[in-house]
Amino acid sequence: MLAIKNLRAKVGGKEILRGINLEVKAGEVHAIMGPNGSGKSTLAHVLSGRENYEVAAGEVLYEGKDLLAMSPEQRAREGLFLAFQYPVEIPGVSTTYFLKAALNAVRKHRGLDELDAMEFLALIKDKIKLVEMDQALINRPLNEGFSGGEKKRNEILQMAVLDPKLAILDETDSGLDIDALRIVAGGVNALRRADRAMIVITHYQRLLNYIIPDFIHVLYEGRIVKSGTKELALDLERKGYDWVKTEAAAQP
Amino acid sequence: MMTSSKESQNQFLATFELNQANGAAQSPSWLRRLRKTAIGCFQELGFPTTRDEEWKYTSVEPILSHVFELGKGTETTATPQVLLSQSFAEAAACRLVFINGHFHPALSSMARLPAGVRVASLAQAVRQGDELLEARLAQSAKHQEQTFVALNTAFIEDGAMVAVGEGCRVEEPIFLVFVSIPGESPTMSHPRNLIVLQARSEAEIVESYVGLGKGAYFTNAVTELELAEEALLGHCRVQREGDGGLHVGALTARLNRGSRLTAHALTLSGLLVRNNVMALLDGEGSECTLNGLYVLDGQQHVDNHTEIEHVKPRAMSSELYKGVLGGHGRGVFNGKILVHKDAQKTNARQTNKNLLLSEHAVVNTKPQLEIRADDVKCSHGSTIGQLDRDALFYFRSRGIGSEEAQSLLCYAFASEVAQRIKIASMREGLDNYLLAQFAKKRTPAIL
Repeated sequence: MLAIKNLRAKVGGKEILRGINLEVKAGEVHAIMGPNGSGKSTLAHVLSGRENYEVAAGEVLYEGKDLLAMSPEQRAREGLFLAFQYPVEIPGVSTTYFLKAALNAVRKHRGLDELDAMEFLALIKDKIKLVEMDQALINRPLNEGFSGGEKKRNEILQMAVLDPKLAILDETDSGLDIDALRIVAGGVNALRRADRAMIVITHYQRLLNYIIPDFIHVLYEGRIVKSGTKELALDLERKGYDWVKTEAAAQP
Repeated sequence: MMTSSKESQNQFLATFELNQANGAAQSPSWLRRLRKTAIGCFQELGFPTTRDEEWKYTSVEPILSHVFELGKGTETTATPQVLLSQSFAEAAACRLVFINGHFHPALSSMARLPAGVRVASLAQAVRQGDELLEARLAQSAKHQEQTFVALNTAFIEDGAMVAVGEGCRVEEPIFLVFVSIPGESPTMSHPRNLIVLQARSEAEIVESYVGLGKGAYFTNAVTELELAEEALLGHCRVQREGDGGLHVGALTARLNRGSRLTAHALTLSGLLVRNNVMALLDGEGSECTLNGLYVLDGQQHVDNHTEIEHVKPRAMSSELYKGVLGGHGRGVFNGKILVHKDAQKTNARQTNKNLLLSEHAVVNTKPQLEIRADDVKCSHGSTIGQLDRDALFYFRSRGIGSEEAQSLLCYAFASEVAQRIKIASMREGLDNYLLAQFAKKRTPAIL
């Protein structure tokens, strides 16, 4: 589903991604871990099409199409979803209104009928159960006054509604307590499907006890320096990132 | 062509004399005297220039450049449906409709008024020798100090009078609709409204100024509000003037002990609009909330001047004015708060927020606080900004296109004020209007 080839990217003139190679197939969950500054968030932003991130080299094929040539909204309509690390607050626009507009934009692109208010309300009533949110909260302006946990749950709710093919979760666990983590991970796990792929970006191994990945990659200084299966997470837990940094330094 | 201020003044004086000779002579002597005093004030004061602090950012040149005839109550082809939708009025509610400044009974309706409320056209009230009118008219609006108030007073002819009796609660809103239909030559109207609420009474009143047509015209409106002890008034002034509409509006309110006023000023269209809102908190524990929204595009110019005067202790005032400016729009906000020495425990808040959508839009915003008491809480803040790029990206990352995202964010910005309106038909009508307006605007935002 996703093929990243030798991706190099700069932010503010500084090269952060230095040649990323990654292949993700449908049905797979890939975790990307790494120390701070390794480029984890940069990767997420480049894939979602954020401004100010300049691609210097390489290509990204999404379902065989050139992802980097698409605008952010095109990528979303083609089924890419990014769960933000720091979701913004949008005063004056309720989650319900926002999601209905988004879903209908995606549906229109897919040649489906748009949902009217009643139909959408029925849909969302069902989805909010997944993240244990109540109707009152989503009738309020998007993320306004939400706790960290509520914001992250809202991201997963949006994922559930928009039904993406490729979901990128950017440090979804940051700032969450155990209970919130459980709910968020539960929501993500409930959305795992054979025709859906996920990239879970995280700093801590803890999340991966709940969302068990098929593959783990360690990002360091803009490159994937180590890949493995879920056992790799336990090694990192025990030895920390220094072990990987030393190994990487030792390579030619 | 630059008409001199003096030339223009003489035109107005000539029109005044003509008017006096024609029908105005039929008015009772007290009103004739008032008009005469007022025209004298107008002559003395002269038109303001941009060298006057209060008019620094707003030139009255567009008004001086025309010769205006007094509007006639034309037989209009406007249907009740058009008027209702343009003025956001409820079909079943009480409404007084004026065409070019003249009361139009056929389009009006006195439905659903409880006992204890008097609603009449000003001209009617004058003919009937209304004592309240004679006693209270021109008691708060300052024709001695303000040129356009003086001009309006000199041309007093018609408008609305609403008197709510002691303890009377008017459940349904009352709509006052002023329609201007520009003709081949520019016309003017000077609507004059007097709204008096006796002790412990309650009412909701909407004044809508609607322009049907593209030609030039001048609306110079003055409304005086009086709230007796513990009276509650919700007031809404909506301006939907035409492409050539020039509007100067004054709203003066006097609040007695424990009374509460919430006044909305919504400027949605018009070539030049200048609003002066003055509230005198002349009673302990009185409360005044001023909400304003102005949406500009093209070459429009909107100037909102507010003045809240705290005279007695423990009064509260709160202001939220928001502007969305696109095209070459020019907005002005000047909020004055005056707290007198004995007005201890005053609580005054003022906020002005502006959203600029194009690089040619300009806004000038200035708070003016004069605080002479020492035990008060006063705060003010103003912002001028563009659409939040993070918010825009969030929308796009969910599949919502850039243009739709911009219009939704503008709508969200404006709806903070719109949501404060209590009258359902107004709030919903305005909501739909804003959604549609922002969806139409294709001014590329600065990204």
